Amino acid sequence: MSLSAHSVSQPLGVHAEHIAFIWHAMLGACGLMYALLLGFLVMTLLRQHRSAPAGVELEKRIERTLILWVGLIVVGLCGLTLASFLTDRALVRAASEPQIALRVIGHQWWWQVEYVDADNSQNVRTANEIHLPVGAQVHIALSSDDVIHSFWVPNLNGKRDLIPGRSTEIRLQPLTTGRFRGFCAEFCGVQHAYMQFEVIVESAQEFAAWKARQLAGAVTPTDPLRQAGRDVFERAACPLCHAIAGTNAAASTGPDLSHFASRRLLAAGALTNTRDHLRAWLQNPQRVKPGNHMPVVDLPGRDMTALVAYLGSLQ
Amino acid sequence: MSAPRDGEDFDEASTAQQLTRTWATPRGWWGALATVDHKDIARRYLVTAGVFFVGAGMLAFVMRLQLSRAENTLIGPDLYNQLFTMHGTTMMFLFAVPVMQAVAIYLVPLIAGTRAIAFPRLTAFSYWIYVFGGVMVWVAFALNIGPDAGWFAYTPLSGPQYSPGKRVDFWAQMITYTEVSGLATAVSIVATILKMRAPGMSLSRMPLFLWAMLVTNLMVLFAMPAVMLASSFLIMDRLVGTHFFNAAEGGDALLWQHLFWFFGHPEVYIIFIPALGMVSSIVATAARRPIFAYPLMVLALIAISFMAFGLWVHHMFATGLPRLGNSFYTAASMAISLPSGVQIFCWIATLYLGKARFNVALLFVIGFIVIFVLGGLTGVMLASVPLDLQLHDTYFVVAHFHYVLIGGAVFPLIGAVYYWYPKVVGRLLSERLGKWNFWTLFIGFNVTFFPMHYLGLAGMPRRIYTYASGLGWDGLNLLATLGASLLGVGVLLLLVNMIRSARVGPLASPNPWEAGTLEWATTSPPPPYNFPHIPLVTADEPLWRERDHLSVMRGLRLDKRELVVTTVVEARADLREPVARPSLWPLLTAIATGGMFLASIFSPWAVVAGAAPIAVAMIGWFWPDQPPRADGEDPEP
Repeated sequence: MSLSAHSVSQPLGVHAEHIAFIWHAMLGACGLMYALLLGFLVMTLLRQHRSAPAGVELEKRIERTLILWVGLIVVGLCGLTLASFLTDRALVRAASEPQIALRVIGHQWWWQVEYVDADNSQNVRTANEIHLPVGAQVHIALSSDDVIHSFWVPNLNGKRDLIPGRSTEIRLQPLTTGRFRGFCAEFCGVQHAYMQFEVIVESAQEFAAWKARQLAGAVTPTDPLRQAGRDVFERAACPLCHAIAGTNAAASTGPDLSHFASRRLLAAGALTNTRDHLRAWLQNPQRVKPGNHMPVVDLPGRDMTALVAYLGSLQ
Repeated sequence: MSAPRDGEDFDEASTAQQLTRTWATPRGWWGALATVDHKDIARRYLVTAGVFFVGAGMLAFVMRLQLSRAENTLIGPDLYNQLFTMHGTTMMFLFAVPVMQAVAIYLVPLIAGTRAIAFPRLTAFSYWIYVFGGVMVWVAFALNIGPDAGWFAYTPLSGPQYSPGKRVDFWAQMITYTEVSGLATAVSIVATILKMRAPGMSLSRMPLFLWAMLVTNLMVLFAMPAVMLASSFLIMDRLVGTHFFNAAEGGDALLWQHLFWFFGHPEVYIIFIPALGMVSSIVATAARRPIFAYPLMVLALIAISFMAFGLWVHHMFATGLPRLGNSFYTAASMAISLPSGVQIFCWIATLYLGKARFNVALLFVIGFIVIFVLGGLTGVMLASVPLDLQLHDTYFVVAHFHYVLIGGAVFPLIGAVYYWYPKVVGRLLSERLGKWNFWTLFIGFNVTFFPMHYLGLAGMPRRIYTYASGLGWDGLNLLATLGASLLGVGVLLLLVNMIRSARVGPLASPNPWEAGTLEWATTSPPPPYNFPHIPLVTADEPLWRERDHLSVMRGLRLDKRELVVTTVVEARADLREPVARPSLWPLLTAIATGGMFLASIFSPWAVVAGAAPIAVAMIGWFWPDQPPRADGEDPEP
């Protein structure tokens, strides 16, 4: 599944479609006004080469044109305001029946994602990616753990801020399957650039399968290398911030790693999640993503190999 | 013997000699530090603002280099964040507003036909405070403690928890410095325009330039206190542990955004409206006729200034405020394009009805129309709540406001440089170099900023120090960087032209463009007293009506600094008013005030301790020159 072009003008969700409509209406109306004004300017410049004297008659004609121009602007603005208002109403009405409820919490500089179910045992926790079944009406409750962030998936909807001390909400309803890039759109500090995520829209069956895997808990290593990796993980500083289901690590300062290897991106979009990148990241997170909150954890080479192997197996 | 007065007793040469003796700034370092001549102060302001403009432009170019290709490692995120914070802060607070006020400080007394600005010492004070604040924040930047939370410094990112250290404190105090300076200048300009216009220049005859400056500086008086309040709250949160913006303790992060944008949106118009005044002057002169529909133009200026205060929430649509309220701000934001659209129409109509004489100043006005209108139209798009939710905080917005601010303010400003340079310097700029200057800037600007519209639509957020390749942003970013190089060449050509022409340009007559307003009635450059005799205005464009013999008013003292105060509406001569002489006290007061602001970054007690030197300096400043006399007459020297 390749990444879709994440463009406002390629709406792949219900909300983004409404917004694309108003974009095209604006482009048409504003383009017309711009053309008219430039036409008047060009006429004026061409006129300078002739020596037609400006009489009272001409001045009267320009006055009438001005009245027409004002009328045109007023009508245009009223039309666009109305269209904008109606689009806003349509956005409120769209996806009003939540079929999937999520909670997204913004952190400097990653996204904590929680699927909230009426049955607590069905809750899923992950980070920096959101899986959704195609066509589902999704409500996402947004909050922030530190500073203001903004949740934005251009293909699906506009953006909504995550503000400490306030709760906000955004709704999505994706219309096609695919991978859509999401960004933090509000400047949130040193690593604002790499506070990205992916929305993976898949068929209902694929989504159900994904969710079942997430609920199943972390893979228990069977071979000695990965078992050693798990020991390294538990002994080193990792559990102070991270969680892996079935180990002693249950902290939530950093992303939940129970199904780490199933994610395509690493460090909120800074790298793709390959073994080499993972090793580079673990060896020196500050070189890959300067200023982020993950400390350098100094490990002997053998331990590092084991840790990479273990984390890489957490499908 | 009675005091010498302007009148039949003295011939022109003797009048000029006596006035020069009275009004000239003393030579030497004392004169340089103590000057209260509005032209001296304005020239300093203009040069200082120009230096900040070039500095902030270079920061922008470094950012463009960093973004020219994906995953570039030229600079890291920490420096990049300082760069865009310093770029925005410098351009908005240290260049755009001060440069427009500086033009007003120079030209308003001349166009109003008076000898000085209303509060000359306050104006001198405003310059010193401005330069101290600007130098402070740039020194901090040079020491790698430059602000890095954006020119908008949103809380809580700028608060004590997420921006430890002193970086944001420097930013917050820089705001306080520049706003004190801006307010001081605004008071002087408003008073000059309302009370010191030449007799006969009633409000109905007042040039649009003065209307624009009046409206702008009234806006400053209402907008800037909001941001000073905000920055003071911020520094109190950071320094003495208040919790204005701390949600955990009952504060509110959004309070900052409301206060900041209640200033921040009018700020855009505070930068833009002076440019409208400049454009009106250039267009009327080029077309050799008054601006078409003058009353409508005045109403449009006033309408813009009122509406500008009702738009700020359109910066906050994504914060999830109530939707009905948002719709109101959509309507208001769209409505402001009506008066702007009317103005653009009237300028083109003026050129259409007149017989335009082309010069570089007019070329920049045409560039202004082409660029600004596009920026205005993208502004209409951003006014729509749903569309704004997509475009907000993307490169589309970066494109939009550079079209509005460079197109709407910098192009008219450069046009104004070509138009008024001969008045200020006494020599004409090269028109040939000017054309090169225009085309490099025009093409460079569009190549730099037009692609950003597309980048925003393609999902590129603002304020990112780098981006991965494969997102479809690479080519256009490179193009924008190439455009920025051409833009840099354009600015360089302007500087070359200005420096070269100051020495070798052809000498300017008093009125090289055959303009109609009063600043062209005196020599180029003007003498320290501006006009040998105060003009008496009998027509809308006095120099067109009375080309050969301008009516004048006589009777002002020649041996003392004195000018005429007139009534607000009709501009009837009302009072003779003494004018302050040069003084070191404004500088000393600025040092005391600036020292207090600077020290308060480090300790709240500085506010208490710093009050004493300020009090001493101000007592010195306001100490009466001479004992007042019981009969109310001036004491004879």
